[in-house]
Amino acid sequence: MTRSNATALVTPSRRRSLSSRGRIFLRVVTAGYLGVLIALPLLALLATAFEKGVSGAILAIVSPEARAALWLTLWTGGLVAILSAILGTLTAWVLVRYRFPGRAVISALVDLPLAVPTLVTGLMLILLLGPTTPLGDWLNAHGLRIIFAKPAIILALLFVTLPLVVRTVEPVLREIDPAEEESAATLGASPLTIFRRVLFPALWPAIAVGTLQTFARALGEFGSVVIISGNLPRRTMTAPVHIFGAIESGEPHAAAAVSVVLVAVSVALFVFAEHRLRARPT
Amino acid sequence: MTTPLRRRVLIGVVVVWVVFLVGAPIIALTVGAFSSGFGAVLEALSATDSVSALAFSLALATIAVAVNTVFGTIAAWVLTRDRFRGRTILLASVDIPFAISPVVVGLCFILLFGPHGWFGPWLKAAGIQIVFSWPAMALATVFVSLPFVVREVSLALVEAGTDEEDAARTLGASSLAVFWRITLPNIRAGLLNGVLLTSARALGEFGAVLVVSGGIAELAETGTLFVFRALDDRRDVAAYAMALALAAITMAILGALFVVRRRAAHSPVRTREVLR
Amino acid sequence: MSVIGRGLSKRFAKAARPAIHSVDFNAPSGSITTLLGPSGSGKTTVLRIVAGLEIADAGNVSIVGEDVTAVPPERRGVGMVFQSYALFKHMNVADNIAFGLSVRKEPKDAIKARVNELLELVQLDGLGDRWPSQLSGGQRQRVALARALAIRPRVLLLDEPFGALDARVRIELRDFLRRLHDETHLTTLMVTHDQDEALELSHHVVVMNEGRVEQAGAPHDIYDHPATPFVAAFVGGANVLRGHVTDGRAEVGSFSVDLPTGATEGAAATAFVRPHDVKIAPVPDEGTAARSVTNDAPEVALAKIERLVRVGGMVKVTLKLPSDESMTVEMPKSEIDALSLSEGDRVMVDLRQAKVFVEDYAI
Repeated sequence: MTRSNATALVTPSRRRSLSSRGRIFLRVVTAGYLGVLIALPLLALLATAFEKGVSGAILAIVSPEARAALWLTLWTGGLVAILSAILGTLTAWVLVRYRFPGRAVISALVDLPLAVPTLVTGLMLILLLGPTTPLGDWLNAHGLRIIFAKPAIILALLFVTLPLVVRTVEPVLREIDPAEEESAATLGASPLTIFRRVLFPALWPAIAVGTLQTFARALGEFGSVVIISGNLPRRTMTAPVHIFGAIESGEPHAAAAVSVVLVAVSVALFVFAEHRLRARPT
Repeated sequence: MTTPLRRRVLIGVVVVWVVFLVGAPIIALTVGAFSSGFGAVLEALSATDSVSALAFSLALATIAVAVNTVFGTIAAWVLTRDRFRGRTILLASVDIPFAISPVVVGLCFILLFGPHGWFGPWLKAAGIQIVFSWPAMALATVFVSLPFVVREVSLALVEAGTDEEDAARTLGASSLAVFWRITLPNIRAGLLNGVLLTSARALGEFGAVLVVSGGIAELAETGTLFVFRALDDRRDVAAYAMALALAAITMAILGALFVVRRRAAHSPVRTREVLR
Repeated sequence: MSVIGRGLSKRFAKAARPAIHSVDFNAPSGSITTLLGPSGSGKTTVLRIVAGLEIADAGNVSIVGEDVTAVPPERRGVGMVFQSYALFKHMNVADNIAFGLSVRKEPKDAIKARVNELLELVQLDGLGDRWPSQLSGGQRQRVALARALAIRPRVLLLDEPFGALDARVRIELRDFLRRLHDETHLTTLMVTHDQDEALELSHHVVVMNEGRVEQAGAPHDIYDHPATPFVAAFVGGANVLRGHVTDGRAEVGSFSVDLPTGATEGAAATAFVRPHDVKIAPVPDEGTAARSVTNDAPEVALAKIERLVRVGGMVKVTLKLPSDESMTVEMPKSEIDALSLSEGDRVMVDLRQAKVFVEDYAI
């Protein structure tokens, strides 16, 4: 009896010491890595935004320029998210279900925005549609202003976010047996009914994840927008460009306040999409 | 279920959409860059400032890859193999860099290390320059490219499972031996994926680096900053040439990524794709 | 070289109930001991604790008299075969088998010799440079076995060793394992949910359910004298009849079964009847004769044959009892043929030779 009591007292500590010192070390390294690189900068941002109190932060956000910039960023982001959801789902469906010449090229093009630096994206759009190009000339002659106007912002955002919906929907779609669609068709369902009743129920989480990520990504886009939107305050200046301007003119507090709005919305949506909607293997 | 006509219309819509949105701009850049001749592009790229900008970009990318590979692999291991309180918060925080505007990233580092920042006075007293210098640019680059290795390696770890590691331990391998001889070979493809994505993202970073560099012209420039300033100075050929070079490098990295992915794809998956 | 577990308990984080609770077992030296139970019964957890891959919240494990509770897996000297085999995908067969020796930094020639010896033992000579993905399920299983044996373990642990194999290979490997054990006499602890495997292969069986040991003993003991209703139902696939205690007898279904004295009057009773312990016979004469038989022997009841399914040399008979309960009976094909019974026939069901385990409990 005494012996078993002794082991009961001794073993728990021995058990803990097995390899847990190594584990704790690795946990601390991880927490340090993510804490120093991610949490600390965000803390500094929050602290600066609210250093003049909540009212100070609100004052910076409701200034006419800031309000216009945030509004422009939100509605262009929303529009791009909706367009991306529709066209991205269609693209994913065509890439999964059809074999056609040039399919591999289209598939590669979908991934290219991942690789192209965003500043280069902006430059590409200027070279395609800018005032000195033939296409830009033609558009100008017909009274269509794209570059240095709001359509340019939308175009740039569509470009940089293209892969997001396509690449989240595609793997889920590949898991769905085409026989399900075919059997629905033999039962007399119209293509729209098939999408609504067969595909959409299985696809909507993936579409939602892609759409929310598109929106979050669009809110923060800077490199491509800054060189093609014209950056007219209250007209074509987006929130990230506005923040950049505030930093350059030495108003870190105003910049931080507007940043907090952007960060709160996009981080919340992104984390929600990644960790709630998408079934994670962990 | 799809009539030939519907099939043709749907494919047509997608092809036109993707080609116009992505293909046309890339062609426009290529044409624009070479409009003043192949020689002009080469000349612009071999100018001293172009070469040093590209080299600086590569140096920053190397730092980002090194830091994020070592710590990202550790973080991935801890987040998938270990269980402890606070794990879910760490897991969610990994994705934050994807959701934050690069400009805001730059701002955060200025607020930390700038002259009026949290550590500003202390750094000044110690004579260390971070903001408006390369350390802040490196930090910003590390930040924006942080999630890739963690995510890719996490996925690889989950997919590899723990059975082989357990088997190796019962066979007498120490934790370190298990990692080097079993875990690492199993996550090799995921790690390489992560490294390639990290380097592509790091080379293309613009907003965060622009903010922390403070727009000081004498400073070392990255490739993207070079393009931005060259456009401002109306040195169009130089800007186009550098943009093309950056796009080519990052696209080559993406190409390598596809080769890795195709090789790593398990045979059952591939058969299933063929069967479809 | 015995393996002994004492009071092992383990609750996983966020689990509602413990995976195992106060588990005791003894796997004697040189024999095959099997942990038998349905999935979720905690048997694999026990095995992993013995291997050192899980750490018990309480309790001790000793191997050959040495308390290994705090010894990490790499120093326990156990050879483990995983359900998934866990072959190292990036190593060929020979390197897989050599792994345990190479981490011990044994000389290269010695490793090579040992690998060849093991390849021969598991009948995979010449397949050393194959990759795991090129092997069949049964071959992978044998590589996993060779890899575990390479380190000359004190104990061999097998986790559902035949789980992922098809029926023919299962039986082949079962024979192989038995012959291997006859040669090596290695103390073996095996986990399975398959009672045939457990009863056929092992010298000792530990039946587990919901994280607890239900019964431990020799296979025939477990089979003939189940200690708990769970063991009776799980080992041997007994029919379950429910009823209650009346006049010191259990009235279950259409039968009345003797009870040891002291049964609580009116308490609920459950009887477990083995399918091949039941005798059936044609009804001699419709009516009176049959009634007199059932009156004389309350363990006999009338029933109707609902289904006859021939499985090889055996026949599975599904009976419908007057109480509307179903009962499954197994008997040799020859016996059924001799009685010339077919579906729809009425028969007398006799439990007199059956082992009926009655459990009574007050409500």
